Amino acid sequence: MSLLLKNISLSLADFTLEVDVEMHRHVTAVFGPSGSGKTSLLDLIAGLRAARSAFIQLDDRTLTDTTQKIFVPTYQRGIGYVPQDLALFPHLSVRRNLLYGCKSGGANDPSFRFDHVAEVLEIQPLISRGVTELSGGEKQRVALARALLASPRLLLLDEPLASLDASLKAKIIPYLARVRDEFRIPMLCVTHDRFEALALADEIVVLVDGQVRQTGPVSEVFTRPASAEVARLVAVETLQPGSIMNINEGLATVSVNRVTLTALAPPTASREVFVCIRGEDVVLQHDTVTTSSVRNRLPARVVSLHPEGALVRVELDAGFPLFALVTRAASAELALHDGKAITAFIKAPAVHLVPR
Amino acid sequence: MTAEEWQIVWFTAWVSALSTVIILPFGLALAWALARRDWPGKSIVETFVTLPLVMPPVATGLILLKLFGRRGVIGGFLHNQLNLDVIFTWRAVLLALSVMSMPLLVRAARVAFEEVNPRLEQIARTLGASGLRVFFTITLLLAARGVISGMLLAFARALGEFGATIMVAGNIPGKTSTLSLAIFENVQIGEDTHAYRLLGVSVVLAFTAVWCSEFFLRRKK
Repeated sequence: MSLLLKNISLSLADFTLEVDVEMHRHVTAVFGPSGSGKTSLLDLIAGLRAARSAFIQLDDRTLTDTTQKIFVPTYQRGIGYVPQDLALFPHLSVRRNLLYGCKSGGANDPSFRFDHVAEVLEIQPLISRGVTELSGGEKQRVALARALLASPRLLLLDEPLASLDASLKAKIIPYLARVRDEFRIPMLCVTHDRFEALALADEIVVLVDGQVRQTGPVSEVFTRPASAEVARLVAVETLQPGSIMNINEGLATVSVNRVTLTALAPPTASREVFVCIRGEDVVLQHDTVTTSSVRNRLPARVVSLHPEGALVRVELDAGFPLFALVTRAASAELALHDGKAITAFIKAPAVHLVPR
Repeated sequence: MTAEEWQIVWFTAWVSALSTVIILPFGLALAWALARRDWPGKSIVETFVTLPLVMPPVATGLILLKLFGRRGVIGGFLHNQLNLDVIFTWRAVLLALSVMSMPLLVRAARVAFEEVNPRLEQIARTLGASGLRVFFTITLLLAARGVISGMLLAFARALGEFGATIMVAGNIPGKTSTLSLAIFENVQIGEDTHAYRLLGVSVVLAFTAVWCSEFFLRRKK
């Protein structure tokens, strides 16, 4: 897919949403803190709001162009939207909710057939119920199915997991991943949760106060934040693919580029994971300590130093690229310089594993 | 009850029901426009819609008389072009009841529409539903309780209308005489028994309409 958002300018209460991005990947996450204009951006794409100036094009179809006075009405856009509150119609049964957007005579694309969608999202047992009788996770799946049954060409998801508790989140992520893989439908997913972005998206757009601060592949934005602000927001300096070798008493042993790390076991069964470590969770020390509570002790070499205000971002080679955030004073005391050998200590709970 | 009294009861109930049905599409359209859209002059229209509720009904009746009389703007047009007279016919009763009960329907429906979460309407549109389909399948169904309650209130208001009706329709026995007009007349000429019988009927009708209206509002709340 290609989604072009050009010259977008929309006045909101505290700031102006200004966006100029092109999205070409399969799943894009719009990432940012609450109140940064993410939902307004989705509303613009769906045609639920009109901006002072905007050019929106999905593949080769222009949906909005304020200079040409083009504005395709929402119901003709073919864009599925699952809002944060899901907006299931409370006066209709689950079945009639699902069929609301169903094209009569079946969808053009056979993968959006009712039976297929119902099977992928496992909603067959829910169909005869009322909407109010569903649990949070069930509502989520019904809302997703309803959007898919309208055979959209793009799916907008607004904070799909924000309203769910941690254990439900872990259950819904695989469904979202299935929707992504099974229907090959481009998705734009708004989130303020970095692990959610990581688990679902290929590409990320960081939005703060209505301004795009960085765009790029997820791994790149998370490991090389363009500014200190983005770094604070994503707060994951190290991001490496790894695989879980074994899980024992709630602790997972993960192999990253043949280096072994200990982490808390994730709730999902997936063996292939992203290993995420925040820079401030990495302690640097000359290795004189013999025993310590810290589970991960990695001999490393300093690759480069990047001063960031009061802090220094230290890029290390620990068998894989590892980033540490230390104060300037600490950096000076340790006499850090390129090529210096040092030991990195990371506690097991600071090593986050996200399924990939 | 005499045949004449029954005629008055049926006529009143029938014209009140008809006026409720007639104002329904206009009332709903206006209520929706007030609840969901911003447009220039909205506050003026809003005030005009409520005026008949607070103005002396006789004053409203006088305005209607001037507008719909043969020399009035609308009445003249109807008389000359369509050979249709309104004043002092049953149509005048219908007109007076419609104008006087419209505010109740509009106000009730407007509140009911405002209570419908706009997000539901927006998401229905993303599912391919046109504006009209969204209105009939989402907005109207979710606002149904308030709308029905408003219709019953308007009907009850129409049943009891007096001031505007007597101005534009007079009180012509067998033609424009309604319950309230007949009660007034019977009291005037000392026919108290007739008046009390008609009074009983209006109490029962009004009670039933208001009770049903409250019932619909309370349901599922």
